[in-house]
Amino acid sequence: MAPEQTLEYPTPPIRAEAVPPTLPRGGEMREKEVQPEHRPATPWETDAHAAATALGLFSIGLGAAEIIFPRAIAGWLGIRRRQILLRALGAREIATGIGLLSGRGRATWLWSRVLGDAIDLGLLAAASQLRHAKSRRIAAVSAAVAAVTAGDVVASIRASHRAVHTRQSITVNASPETAYQFWRCLQNLPRFMRHVELVRPEGERRSHWVVSGPGGLRLEWDAELTDDQPNRLLAWRSLPGSPVRHVGSVEFERAPGERGTVVRAEVEYAPPAGRLGSKIATLLGRDPSQELREDLRRFKQLLETGEIITTEGQPAGRSQGTSWRYDATVRGEREYVRF
Amino acid sequence: MKAACWYGKQKIDVVNVAEPRLLNRHDAIVRITTTAICGSDLHLYNGVVPTMERGDILGHEFMGEVIHVGSDVRRVKSGDRVVVAFPISCGQCFSCQHGAFSHCENSNPNAWIAEKMLGHSPAGIFGYSHMTGGFAGGQAQYVRVPFADVGTMKVPETLEDEQVLFLSDIFPTGYMAAENCNIQNGDTVAVWGCGPVGQFAIRSAFMLGAERVIGIDSVPARLKMARDGRAETINFQESDVYDALMDMTGGRGPDSCIDAVGMEAHAPAMIGWYDRVKQLLMMETDRPFALRQAIMACRNGGTVSVPGVYAGWIDKFPAGAMMNKAITIKTGQTHAQRYMRPLLERIQSGQIDPSFVITHRLRLDDAPRGYDMFNHRDGCIKVVMKPWS
Ligand SMILES: NC(=O)c1ccc[n+]([C@@H]2O[C@H](COP(=O)([O-])OP(=O)(O)OC[C@H]3O[C@@H](n4cnc5c(N)ncnc54)[C@H](O)[C@@H]3O)[C@@H](O)[C@H]2O)c1
Ligand SMILES: [Zn+2]
Ligand SMILES: [Zn+2]
Repeated sequence: MAPEQTLEYPTPPIRAEAVPPTLPRGGEMREKEVQPEHRPATPWETDAHAAATALGLFSIGLGAAEIIFPRAIAGWLGIRRRQILLRALGAREIATGIGLLSGRGRATWLWSRVLGDAIDLGLLAAASQLRHAKSRRIAAVSAAVAAVTAGDVVASIRASHRAVHTRQSITVNASPETAYQFWRCLQNLPRFMRHVELVRPEGERRSHWVVSGPGGLRLEWDAELTDDQPNRLLAWRSLPGSPVRHVGSVEFERAPGERGTVVRAEVEYAPPAGRLGSKIATLLGRDPSQELREDLRRFKQLLETGEIITTEGQPAGRSQGTSWRYDATVRGEREYVRF
Repeated sequence: MKAACWYGKQKIDVVNVAEPRLLNRHDAIVRITTTAICGSDLHLYNGVVPTMERGDILGHEFMGEVIHVGSDVRRVKSGDRVVVAFPISCGQCFSCQHGAFSHCENSNPNAWIAEKMLGHSPAGIFGYSHMTGGFAGGQAQYVRVPFADVGTMKVPETLEDEQVLFLSDIFPTGYMAAENCNIQNGDTVAVWGCGPVGQFAIRSAFMLGAERVIGIDSVPARLKMARDGRAETINFQESDVYDALMDMTGGRGPDSCIDAVGMEAHAPAMIGWYDRVKQLLMMETDRPFALRQAIMACRNGGTVSVPGVYAGWIDKFPAGAMMNKAITIKTGQTHAQRYMRPLLERIQSGQIDPSFVITHRLRLDDAPRGYDMFNHRDGCIKVVMKPWS
């Protein structure tokens, strides 16, 4: 059946909280073309990469020694008849080493090294109790392992907090003009960005951002527009002195066949190390690209229907209408799970 | 208010819950006068649809009276008697504006879950797991209807609830299944499954010009209802379906085949156990026995239309038959809103009275019994419930 019945419903008004200020056309200082594939690694990433590679090679070397010369090593430590255990430890070292060199899931592999170190230290302590143990040598080896552990911990923490870069796009049933204007009116951002509590424009290019998250986390920073091409593109970055280095851009491109506008957003965050850094990491979640995707989805909903659909507050045969396991994720109380 | 809630596999309870309120500006609250149990609800009942939670209110086939509307609702008002379409659709997105209401891009708050499982998300659906939004359903005394302007249709006072209730789902579903067959004069259409969806598919296929319709099932009462609708029938427990179909169609095979069974198909012993074991071990989420058979039996160049619900993965899919025979496959959750008005006209003009499928009329309090009977099938074809008696 052709949809011959009229499919016309009253178009909801877009409730822009404020009218975008008219801007002189900018564009002189777009820092760099942010291209996901060829973007230069941040200093963070370069450091973490070097450390991981070194530790990976070390793991493989040590593992090979344990597998090839278990008898010699055991003899030297005075713990004969423990060759099989040594070989197993060697296999573990090699697996971690290969994992580290593969470059994927680096933080996880580094943390698994820390865990391995802890096991080694425990085994060494137990070995020193054996009858023929050479306790001097075991103590020396323990000290060396402890030093390596410290290095592993530092590298793991750094790798866990590397800069986050992500890019997502969505198609919106609205003109590039409408989409651009809604976004350009920066006060609108908190309406669809889940962690952004407030954006206050301060003059033509500067704005003040307040971001909040789980555990009472609250961060503020100043940002500036680095590019503003009406109906085409917006780019911004945080100003020096902000707790998170943040760069972002959004492009509006007319979709082929008069099918609305493709909105492409790209953001990068480089949180600092230490406690604050790890708090910020929880804010970004395990899946930052999913966060960005949900932000864009809410942007689309606002433009197309004028509201964001929710089930918050509906009845159910349990204490809460929404499900902790599934719906809470979208509300920001829980991380995205992998299916 | 009272509501039928899901508490696990084959565990339904009618409990007291809070009354729904308006949550979005396009919402309406409907006081439900009649509601039904759908074959799709049986997939939830039997625990084969992921992302259900204890306490979810079930039900996506319901109608009633509008008692509150949100500030942006324009076409319906308090006091209107309406039928509600089962997909929740915004009316503004690309899909909705092309009549693909069950693909609405703005009505599923949990679209991300569905995207992970299916690649793209369908629309939100009432009472149908959190993957389709976790919306409270309509086997209850009241329900909140988001995007009420799009999802509700006023019905004339001259028609009884039971005559218009199925415009919410199964009548449009059977009709769209037949429409997807692209029926030409003289065509033969075979319909796997003579449940409520199959029954409407049979009658719709005749309305759209099929010359012969063949219904396939094993439940005598359902086969009889199919014959009452002018179909010929095959009992798949008594004869080999492929052989019977070839015999009936002179070796050519049906021009179109409709799979109105879905992911919990019954199958003869060996192959049936194969799929059951795989489903148990989560190596396959759906049991596609009817679908395989439909593809094998369909004539060269014919169409296989799949209204039966599948949720995940299947095994032993006859790709060779599909390719070599140049089969067209058409599927989908029904774009119910698109069919409600034209099908209402068919009811008004007396071409069909959808209440023929009803075999059981219960109170909402009897929902657990209703689910059990419908699941056992013998003699029970469609259950409707009255929430206020
Ligand atoms: N696409 C949609 O939007 C939509 C809407 C409603 C229902 N559905 C789906 O349609 C399907 C049927 O719904 P229903 O309400 O009629 O359910 P139902 O469970 O009452 O009907 C299924 C019928 O199939 C029969 N059957 C089982 N295995 C068979 C086989 N191998 N060959 C032939 N028949 C077999 C059963 O005996 C039963 O009569 C379900 O999967 C349901 O989820 C889809
Ligand atoms: Zn249904
Ligand atoms: Zn829509």
